[in-house]
Amino acid sequence: MNLLVDIVGSAGLWAAVLRIATPLIFGTLGALLCERAGVLNLGIEGIMTFGAMIGWLSVYHGTDLWTGLLIAALAGGVFGLLHSVLTVTLGLSQHVSGLGMTLFASSFSYYVFRLIVPVAGTPPTVTPFQPIAIPGLSTVPFVGPAFFSETPPTYLAIMIALVIAYIVFRTPIGLAIRMTGENPHAAEAQGIDPIRVRYGAVIVGSALMGMGGAFLTLSAFNSFFPTMVQGRGWICIALVVFASWRPGRALFGALLFAFFDAFQLRLQTAVQGVPYQTFLMTPYILSIIALAIMSRRARVPQALMQPYRLGER
Amino acid sequence: MRFERREDRPLYLMILTPLLAVVAALAIAGILIAIAGASAFEAYWRILVGAFGSRLSSTETLTRATPLILTGLAAAVAFRARLWNIGAEGQFYFGAIAVAAFGSNMLADLPAPALIPLLLIIGAIAGMVLIVIPIWLRLRFSVDEVVTSLILNFVAVLFVSMLIDGVLKDPSAFGWPQSQAVVDHAMLPKLIARTRLHIGFPIAIALAAIISFIHSRTVFGMQSRAAGLSPSGAVFAGVQLGPTLVKVACLSGGLAGLAGAIEVLGVKGYVTTDLSPGFGYDGIVVAMLANLNPLGVVLAAIFTAMMFVGADGMSRSLGIPSYIANVTVALSLLTMLVALFFTQYRLRR
Amino acid sequence: MSEPVLKIEGVSKRFGSALANDDISLALFKGEIVALLGENGAGKTTLMSILFGHYVPDAGRILVDGIELPHGKPRAAIRAGVGMVHQHFSLAPNLTVLENVMAGTERLWSMRSRTGAARKKLLAIAERFGLKVDPDARLGDLSVGEQQRVEILKALYNDARILILDEPTAVLTQIEAGRLFATVKEMAAQGLSLIFISHKLDEVMAAADRIVVLRGGKVVAERLAFETNKAELAELIVGCRVTRPMREGGAPGEIALEAREVTVKVGGVERLKQINFRLRAGEILAVIGVSGNGQAALGQLFSGTLAHASGELLLFGEPMGSPNVAEIIAAGLGRIPEDRSRDGAIGEMAIWENAVLERLSSYSKRGLVDRKAGIAFAQKIIEAFDVRGGAPTSRARLLSGGNMQKLVLGRNLYERPRILIAAQPARGLDEGAVAAVHGRILQARRQGTAVLLISEDLDEVVALADRVQAIVGGRLSAPIDAVDANARLLGLMMAGEWNSERRPGHAV
Repeated sequence: MNLLVDIVGSAGLWAAVLRIATPLIFGTLGALLCERAGVLNLGIEGIMTFGAMIGWLSVYHGTDLWTGLLIAALAGGVFGLLHSVLTVTLGLSQHVSGLGMTLFASSFSYYVFRLIVPVAGTPPTVTPFQPIAIPGLSTVPFVGPAFFSETPPTYLAIMIALVIAYIVFRTPIGLAIRMTGENPHAAEAQGIDPIRVRYGAVIVGSALMGMGGAFLTLSAFNSFFPTMVQGRGWICIALVVFASWRPGRALFGALLFAFFDAFQLRLQTAVQGVPYQTFLMTPYILSIIALAIMSRRARVPQALMQPYRLGER
Repeated sequence: MRFERREDRPLYLMILTPLLAVVAALAIAGILIAIAGASAFEAYWRILVGAFGSRLSSTETLTRATPLILTGLAAAVAFRARLWNIGAEGQFYFGAIAVAAFGSNMLADLPAPALIPLLLIIGAIAGMVLIVIPIWLRLRFSVDEVVTSLILNFVAVLFVSMLIDGVLKDPSAFGWPQSQAVVDHAMLPKLIARTRLHIGFPIAIALAAIISFIHSRTVFGMQSRAAGLSPSGAVFAGVQLGPTLVKVACLSGGLAGLAGAIEVLGVKGYVTTDLSPGFGYDGIVVAMLANLNPLGVVLAAIFTAMMFVGADGMSRSLGIPSYIANVTVALSLLTMLVALFFTQYRLRR
Repeated sequence: MSEPVLKIEGVSKRFGSALANDDISLALFKGEIVALLGENGAGKTTLMSILFGHYVPDAGRILVDGIELPHGKPRAAIRAGVGMVHQHFSLAPNLTVLENVMAGTERLWSMRSRTGAARKKLLAIAERFGLKVDPDARLGDLSVGEQQRVEILKALYNDARILILDEPTAVLTQIEAGRLFATVKEMAAQGLSLIFISHKLDEVMAAADRIVVLRGGKVVAERLAFETNKAELAELIVGCRVTRPMREGGAPGEIALEAREVTVKVGGVERLKQINFRLRAGEILAVIGVSGNGQAALGQLFSGTLAHASGELLLFGEPMGSPNVAEIIAAGLGRIPEDRSRDGAIGEMAIWENAVLERLSSYSKRGLVDRKAGIAFAQKIIEAFDVRGGAPTSRARLLSGGNMQKLVLGRNLYERPRILIAAQPARGLDEGAVAAVHGRILQARRQGTAVLLISEDLDEVVALADRVQAIVGGRLSAPIDAVDANARLLGLMMAGEWNSERRPGHAV
């Protein structure tokens, strides 16, 4: 009991929660945007990997950190374009295309990385984003170091979550996306072009995924190594279901998940005698449990995974 | 410009499709090789030579192909019934660690003719145990098995790592953690002496033939195919989806677990956390390249193995990262999908 | 005569080898209600889909108020004032009424959805045309009639002056249909021009000013409503006096299938409420009703997927329990599913595989499929039931709707089943196929099969049934004999107006 209070009462835990949540927020929002339009993007794991690599690589070659993030986003968008061509225009199986995309993007990122950075003892590093001090708030005892001492991309992630929540529910483009994801034929009958909407949503969503990956190499860590994404992409897919495809809940879900992950990490050092792998397993098992709870209740976009073919009513 | 469904599907197109897909993948990857400063043709030539240039290298390629045949069959069997088993990687590790556990101590006293088949069965069962979770979640909670089987891969590897660090730790190994080794007589006999090629290879081929038979001639094969093509039509015709899917899942998980078991018993005899360089995922590519045909899986697995084995040697001489093999294999999955599309639709102005 | 608001000139459209529309020309004047009449497959929906921009025609042009409409763009059609109420609603069940109506109406990149103004406009239009609606209701929670109202409001919200209605009464009760046509007349009076597609002669005669008859993709006739009659229209639709088969007298035998106070629940909701019926060998008992009143559950009772929650189901006097499909078929029950393409056949499988899939126990030995026997069986069905379009080994999806239905009938009827459950057997088929299907069902009746016919087609029921029961809201009316059944009485029964003196259970 004391242990729990100790852990929860440390500002370091909460700072870690926000840090761990950031790539999850980006990834979950990205996947959510794609799925709201009706496209499942299983390329997320690979896109995050590639985003991590290319963001880091550009900073390694001298660009500033924000440019690195931007390049990662652009790369993500390009993969999104490819995924759209395969799943929206050609209507291929979204499951298999996405998996192929992950395999391709991951191996492609390792290839490029290995080409430019030959095998060495320790991988080279860059100077990552530094935590910024928010005037006034950062100095508040406990709350300051807990919530207001993060790196800029974290605040960016939270802002993007709120912006996407607004867009999805209060703007015409958001309604168009939702309509396309529920019934693309109905969208077409209202003058909306479901193909264009799906392309747009998938490209923007994939760009977010790329940014989430870059956060790992430009903020959380400072170097790139293969398999660094460690299944976060899949967890994001699970979180989208858990969030019932609502951006606000996605933000909450990512934070909740990050809490358990940060908690588990601290528990590892505190509790002796239990293999560390047990703790590492808990985030994955939690996401499966979340899926089990929410899968039946969540209102899934009705046209998710159904290819839309013009004229085939 | 739009797509029009084809009325017929000529046979030549079906055979041509994987070949075209592979050529397209090689072409795209060739661009990446060229960007890195080498000649694509030379790189591919060296890959070919590296894989089949000598008797020894050929046996290496076939050894590498063995687990790929089995994970390829696992994926083909599942995908045909529209069961997206992406957990072959985890099921592989489960099969491997089960064999290490039982083959190093508990059953070590049994003679080889009894021990080896028993261990193989145990490996298959271990794979089935893992796949039960995603299939149960699908049937009971309507959870999409893609994500659950994927996430379980990470859990499975962590679990195996835990066992290797703990109960099954090999005390005499230095540095890299590995499991205890199975007893010598549990190892699979070699197919060709002084090579690594073991009887797991013909076993895998035999299994491909058996699966092919099951698919095309048995009631179960027809019903599982119906379930994959049209769940509602299958249900109306009396196919019981739940039990059918469970059987398909057990077959798929069992094959993946068997892949792990055979890899341990055939090659090194012990388990490490890097035992699989992605056999489970590559099995998916193998299955798609074969268009889910079990006999085609053998050919596709050999092609894939050729890329990986050959790339190592090519990498050493040309300095192109061996990851190019992974890139090519991944690309061929995508190109195969596109090629399959064009067997069904044609472009119309 | 003023200029027409809509002119369709020389429109043609081909799908693969089928010519759906063949050089069609048609005019619509302001305030007019025109009915587009024809049997299934005549090309009506294709033509209207071209008008609305869902399809691109191969030839021809469309002029709205004299200005040519660009092809294939619903947005252009909407902007020109064309609105369409689709047969299968273009609505998203998970969104609200207001969201469904608003989608696509504002500039895509504006920063804020003006829901307040939209709501006002929607309610004003609803008021003007007498279509009551709750803007914040979730669309999937509304009844079918209410959903159709939203479809219509969508078009009116977009300032449609030309409104297309595709088979609007297909899913409505008689009362709802009456209300709809009152609304239609009101809209015409307010200056809108309307085209509605139908194959129901009564409706067309009652509601339309002018009738255009399509047959085989061509316009074959145009009549003013008051100048023509049902008989002439029927002949024009079909082109010659094709009579559908009619049943002759029969002598029903033993009770084959009986339901006593059977209640069926799907997902916790009662879909069938204490129904009673008795089906005898050699007779056709029709259950007639507008779709969505429990027919699906009734059909599923015999597909091994649904068990009854209470009451008794008796098969030849023995309680049925909850058998699976294999047992149902072994007991001598044949089933024709309502949704042919989804349940009746698996397109990617061969014709012979589709023939044997539901009866594999008879066509397999020790777990191995007997391919030769299966192909032989399929060949026999193809010959006996005139299934055209493929050999036993070709894929089923190459068959047309009518031929696929013949295959489904054939695999069931070839073995002379004792009971046949046929749900909407003639849906979506052209006249020739309908005649063939009805002929087979009557033949089965002659041979002693007990037939339960679930249908929403009055003409079909009048022609085939020995006795009729109506299904409304999951309840079955008491049966009436064929001699007493006429269109008016059946229409009333379908609306739930049962003679209160006949208690359910009386003279079953």
